[in-house]
Amino acid sequence: MEVKDIKIKNMKYEDFKDNETLESYVQELRANGVNVAVAKIDDLINWGRSNSVWPLVFGTSCCAIEFMCTAAARYDFARFGWEVTRNSPRQADVLFCCGTVVHKMAPVLKRLYDQMPEPKYVMAIGSCTISGGPFKKSYHTVMGIDNIVPVDVYVPGCPPRPDAMIYGMMQLSRKIKMQEFFKLPKQPATPQGETAEGGEA
Amino acid sequence: MKVIQDLLAQMPYAEVVRQDKTYLVTVPKEQLYAAASLLKNNEKLSFDYLNDIVGIDNGDSLGAVYILSASQFPSYIIRLKTLTDDREQPTMDSVIDLWLSADLYEREVHDFFGINFLHNPDMRRLFLRQDWKGYPLRKDYDANPELNPIPTENENLEAMEDLPTVDIDLNGKRREQHQKLFEKEEYVVNFGPQHPSTHGALHLRVSLDGEIIKKIDPNFGYIHRGIEKMCETYTYPQIPHLIDRMDYLSGTIHRHGYCLAVEKALQLEVSDRAHYIRTIIDELTRIASHLLGWGCMANDMGAITAFIYGMRDREKIMDIFEQTCGGRLMPNYSCIGGVMHDIHPEFQKKVKAFVPYMRKMLKEDHILFTGNPIARDRMDGVGYLSKEQAISLGATGPTGRASGWSNDVRKIEPYAAYRHADFKEMLRSDGLTFDRYVIRLDEIEESLKIIEQLIDNIPGGACCAKTKAIIKLPEGEFFQRVEGSHGEFDVFISSKGEKYPWRVKFRSPCMTLVNTLKHIAVGGKIADLIMLGGSLDYVVPCIDR
Repeated sequence: MEVKDIKIKNMKYEDFKDNETLESYVQELRANGVNVAVAKIDDLINWGRSNSVWPLVFGTSCCAIEFMCTAAARYDFARFGWEVTRNSPRQADVLFCCGTVVHKMAPVLKRLYDQMPEPKYVMAIGSCTISGGPFKKSYHTVMGIDNIVPVDVYVPGCPPRPDAMIYGMMQLSRKIKMQEFFKLPKQPATPQGETAEGGEA
Repeated sequence: MKVIQDLLAQMPYAEVVRQDKTYLVTVPKEQLYAAASLLKNNEKLSFDYLNDIVGIDNGDSLGAVYILSASQFPSYIIRLKTLTDDREQPTMDSVIDLWLSADLYEREVHDFFGINFLHNPDMRRLFLRQDWKGYPLRKDYDANPELNPIPTENENLEAMEDLPTVDIDLNGKRREQHQKLFEKEEYVVNFGPQHPSTHGALHLRVSLDGEIIKKIDPNFGYIHRGIEKMCETYTYPQIPHLIDRMDYLSGTIHRHGYCLAVEKALQLEVSDRAHYIRTIIDELTRIASHLLGWGCMANDMGAITAFIYGMRDREKIMDIFEQTCGGRLMPNYSCIGGVMHDIHPEFQKKVKAFVPYMRKMLKEDHILFTGNPIARDRMDGVGYLSKEQAISLGATGPTGRASGWSNDVRKIEPYAAYRHADFKEMLRSDGLTFDRYVIRLDEIEESLKIIEQLIDNIPGGACCAKTKAIIKLPEGEFFQRVEGSHGEFDVFISSKGEKYPWRVKFRSPCMTLVNTLKHIAVGGKIADLIMLGGSLDYVVPCIDR
């Protein structure tokens, strides 16, 4: 009995650039023997999760405008169930980091990430969030947000087109669909056993 | 001009150099306040608009350049310059009692160069954290990342609320006093830095009495990327790419301004074709920016449909950009000498189809939102900004024009192809939120008129002049202003004859708008704060640079 597949309804399988990595992961899961009953429930939950992802928009600069285009009439990411943009990290599944993160903003981003409930994901939109981008020589830019928070999907571009963002979102959908829900951490990871509650919003 | 000559004759201590309509006035440090107050407080011609304060580091001395103009004769500019040799504890007189806008400008110079302005009651850093080590725009700044590592903790609120004042007592001794920004019993609400309606990463600390705003303290720097310092290590053709990313909504216009400044310095002849294309692209950018501003303001008031409508019409412009320039939000189009590449064969056809479409949609916008009684109830009679205040605050662009201040650079100093177009400067007199709202829609209409007049008359010829492989500017200071979609954008380039600039300064039109918010929101309700921010339409990365 086949459990776990990486096909999603919203985008054709052939249109993805890299299918091999996830395929090999599926092979590994199946080879290791997945409990069919648990895996089926798992698939059902993940099917729901991957089709209703609530983003928290951490928009600091240019990429946020392209994100707004993605949300607006023409590109309309409501088609994929992503439109419930939350203003509170406590209600969000994925953090969209749109735009440069600088030294002064770094603790704010970290705190927002800490306040999100598990399971949580981060999308790094634009060159600045990936590596510092055009501001590589700056004294005040963080060279890639993966210095601060773990990143799930990188969307390159300066700024990326809305289509590119949607492609990144679809990749994240597949990633969510692949996970073993019952093995995910239920509590946010805490450094040195401190409480995860990061203070006030 | 005789009046200005007379005024400058009253300053025997000043060295005056005239370049066309610009006067370069160098005064000794001790006479700075006297000169500034003479220029501001005389009866004949008051220089009541402080464009900008530019900090400079000449290697051995530090200084500041005050760029002044008079609202009566805005085409004349005085650059008041003063230098100090003291690099350890440099001080200068503050001019905050003359111009309201000087407040933030002085803090900016303090942040970047470490100059203390005497008697300014708020000498905190403006962009960087209060515990930042060093002054980044000084030439001897140590950029070692170990000195200033990425912080793991948020900034201490106590440090943010502590206002130092520096002054010199009668015996010539330096004194530092400290004040608290808020009283202990004051009720302070944090707004931002991560908030869906701050138009970027802006942090406002708002002190409240019930629901009435008592005081606003804006905190910048959450998106400060150090663009001005980076410019000093980039060659002239590399810099425009950074300018696009400062105020991304009117990036094309600002980039155009920079290119004009460099072309002026090189005395490079730009073809008419390039001028026409640049002007049309600029006006399209202005429409796109105003549409977004309009949509966001309506969204801030709770009308999400208006936002969707604004974005829908904006996509048409994005299509035109994409076809001709290759980019959507960042067209990267103007370059030194002209434009990157020629227009697409379908450009004219598409623009001509867009103009009547936009007119039709504007009518719809007016019917749906401008006349809406709920929207009118919220906008009427809120957020009054007088003309005098607007000038003193330097609130340029649609905000100033809604208060009756005629400040359109396209009219004052027609650049590019604006002299070939017949258009009106939109002016209103009431200075209320509704005026700031409706003037944007009126300006879209005027922009359409400009485009209509130019689109069929694009002359032939090359779209870009030939430049040398390595561009070196002659020694000197160069200044250019353009009308961005949020206000006047100025470029100041100081060159020492190298292929890298010595100092580049951009006047951010949005910084003065946040300063304006500080003045007009006080006394109003907290619920109006977000809408007032929307009506001023600032872009925070433009402030932080």
